[in-house]
Amino acid sequence: MLRSHVLPVLALLVLLCIAPLVFYPIFLIKLLCFALFAAAFHLLLGYVGLLSFGHAAFFGTGAYMCAQALARWNLAPELALLFAVAVSAALGAVIGFLAVRRQGIYFAMITLALGQMVYFIYLQAPFTGGEDGIRGITPGHFLGVVDLSNPLALYFTVLAVTTLAFALVWRIVQSPFGMILEAIRENEPRAISLGYNPTLYKLAAFTFSAALAGLAGGLKAMSFQIATLVDVTWQMSGEVVLMTLVGGIGTFLGPVVGAFIIGGLEQYLAQSALPAPVILGAAFILCVMLFRKGVAGTAKSLLQNRAPKRSTPDNPETQATNRIVK
Amino acid sequence: MKFKPIMTAALVAGTALSALPAAAGPDAIKVGLLMDMTGNYSDVAGRGSVTAAEMAVEDFGGTVLGKPIEVVHADMQNKVDIATSIAREWFDVDAVDAIVDSNMSSAGLAVSEIAVEKDRLMIMNISGSPRFTNESCNPNTIHYVYDTYALATSTGKAVVRGGGDKWFFVTVDYTFGHDFQAQAEDAVASEGGETVGSVLVPLNASDYSSALIQAQSSDANVIAFATAGADTSNAIKQAAEFGIGQGDDRQLAGLLVYINEVDALGLETAQGMLLTSAFYWDLDEETRAFSERYMEKMGKMPNMSQAGVYSSTMHYLKAVEAAGTENYAEVMAKMKEMPINDFFVKDGYIREDGRMMRDMYLFRVKSPEESTGAWDYYEKVATIEAEDAFTPVSESRCYLLKEES
Repeated sequence: MLRSHVLPVLALLVLLCIAPLVFYPIFLIKLLCFALFAAAFHLLLGYVGLLSFGHAAFFGTGAYMCAQALARWNLAPELALLFAVAVSAALGAVIGFLAVRRQGIYFAMITLALGQMVYFIYLQAPFTGGEDGIRGITPGHFLGVVDLSNPLALYFTVLAVTTLAFALVWRIVQSPFGMILEAIRENEPRAISLGYNPTLYKLAAFTFSAALAGLAGGLKAMSFQIATLVDVTWQMSGEVVLMTLVGGIGTFLGPVVGAFIIGGLEQYLAQSALPAPVILGAAFILCVMLFRKGVAGTAKSLLQNRAPKRSTPDNPETQATNRIVK
Repeated sequence: MKFKPIMTAALVAGTALSALPAAAGPDAIKVGLLMDMTGNYSDVAGRGSVTAAEMAVEDFGGTVLGKPIEVVHADMQNKVDIATSIAREWFDVDAVDAIVDSNMSSAGLAVSEIAVEKDRLMIMNISGSPRFTNESCNPNTIHYVYDTYALATSTGKAVVRGGGDKWFFVTVDYTFGHDFQAQAEDAVASEGGETVGSVLVPLNASDYSSALIQAQSSDANVIAFATAGADTSNAIKQAAEFGIGQGDDRQLAGLLVYINEVDALGLETAQGMLLTSAFYWDLDEETRAFSERYMEKMGKMPNMSQAGVYSSTMHYLKAVEAAGTENYAEVMAKMKEMPINDFFVKDGYIREDGRMMRDMYLFRVKSPEESTGAWDYYEKVATIEAEDAFTPVSESRCYLLKEES
């Protein structure tokens, strides 16, 4: 498991380090923020099997809280980010508490409804400035030394923070806690019979996912120096679903690939004569029809097919629970 | 395995598409537009605004200071991050000299701040947020066509002068609507009218019946909609179904209505409504001449913001020529110094805070019988002088005006 990921992850990191030579750093920052947002969402969908349709609430909360802390309270960027994460996590705990008792379409609808509620709160709250958003953010110095007004410094700061966050996600997914989450996804009654309380585990995963989404939103607000209603709309919740599905559910790098493809297409199509929403929709349909596992998932299975066949693994249905029993 | 070529193609395409570097042309004067080309606002801005800018460049002669003039545009997809990252890239990499319009006030305000950072120029035509020339004013930004203060004030004053002195507001429930209503109430009161009631409706509501019944049961003779976009259209449609403003002694007033919305609603539904606009295609010979040329290209008449893009781009190019440089500060000085006289505005001038001062017009929507053909929608009821319509210097919250006094 670990070995198969080392190479692609290292390759991706090297690529990201030299990317600013070719691409505009601000554009890359956006891709990183969306990649982290998609990874947060994927933590729930891929490892717990819960499709949240209200994740923009946490992304937007992170953005607004970070913007508020930077623009009005003049906090240091790292403290502003921590504040954004803390508030998003708290909101995640509250919404998660109400939502994780249900599954499937009911879970999706509850998160959508609560997400819309959060949207209307931000629409009306005076501090968000309605449709003008919170602006006038001066990012300042990260940890007191890195001058964030330089786009390259900003890029590498965002890259460092997202890499750390991804490492954390990796650690969680590989931990016994992550194993139990997968077990609950595959066979909840069996997990219960083994003495685990699925609701608590789901709530913990939901809160963690919300915190990460908040971090992504905070990074975006810090980098773009603005937080707006766009970050909280249900369309943003939909976009992260799109990114994750295009990238591939169940692969660690899937959300990253998906975020890069969708974010890249959006940016490129903006300056072409092609209508962006139509192309994005077509890309989504293509993915669903041709690559059910998403781009990263299909690439992975192609690579595995090429490699010499090892002993057949256990039936995936019972694999996760078996590991816990062992 | 059979998917391998497709996969490779998709991956390569995905990376290559985002990788295409912007073509670095020879030294040119570039104006950019960040428009919603495909979404909700593509009708009131979108391709039409880009066409207007291209017409201005064409009419100017295509070159200034011996350099070719280029119009670049991007579909900002109603996303602030796309608008701001493209604006930064345009300024940093593509050497765009001025951005002459951007959808969404949040994106516009952010782009205006980027213009300050990069020493470039920004002209706002489509958005109406009064912030552009108040709290967020700066020496790099011009707000050209209208703002919500001017619309609310003009409609308020002109309608009261015409006899509509008891107002009922149907207001969208967030900052935009609250401010809009407050400004209109002030204008109504300043002319001796009164507000007899108001009701708040949520954004993107689909049912206005209870709000409209409340309005109907008040003794108001003007029912004003402090809303925007689809909300206004929905409210007007439902008001027509209730028969409000058609045949009874009440008048409807839309505080922010574009001609495209009247076109979509149809005269049967919209007839009799009062609204304020900075421009109408059928005002005189000059407006008709421009609008018919625009009609040939776009298949519809220009609205105030699209005509404003033409006029402001033209004024910008004239200022570049007069200044003899594309340096933003010198061009801005010329733009503020030179009066503007074209089909769009007579004796207009740009105030120190970036506000373009012009007269506004109150229109009444014609009935289907009065209309003589396609796009014959408005009848001019009153003209509101620029000084009467826009925020007076004494009430301005812009630091650029404070320094002067």
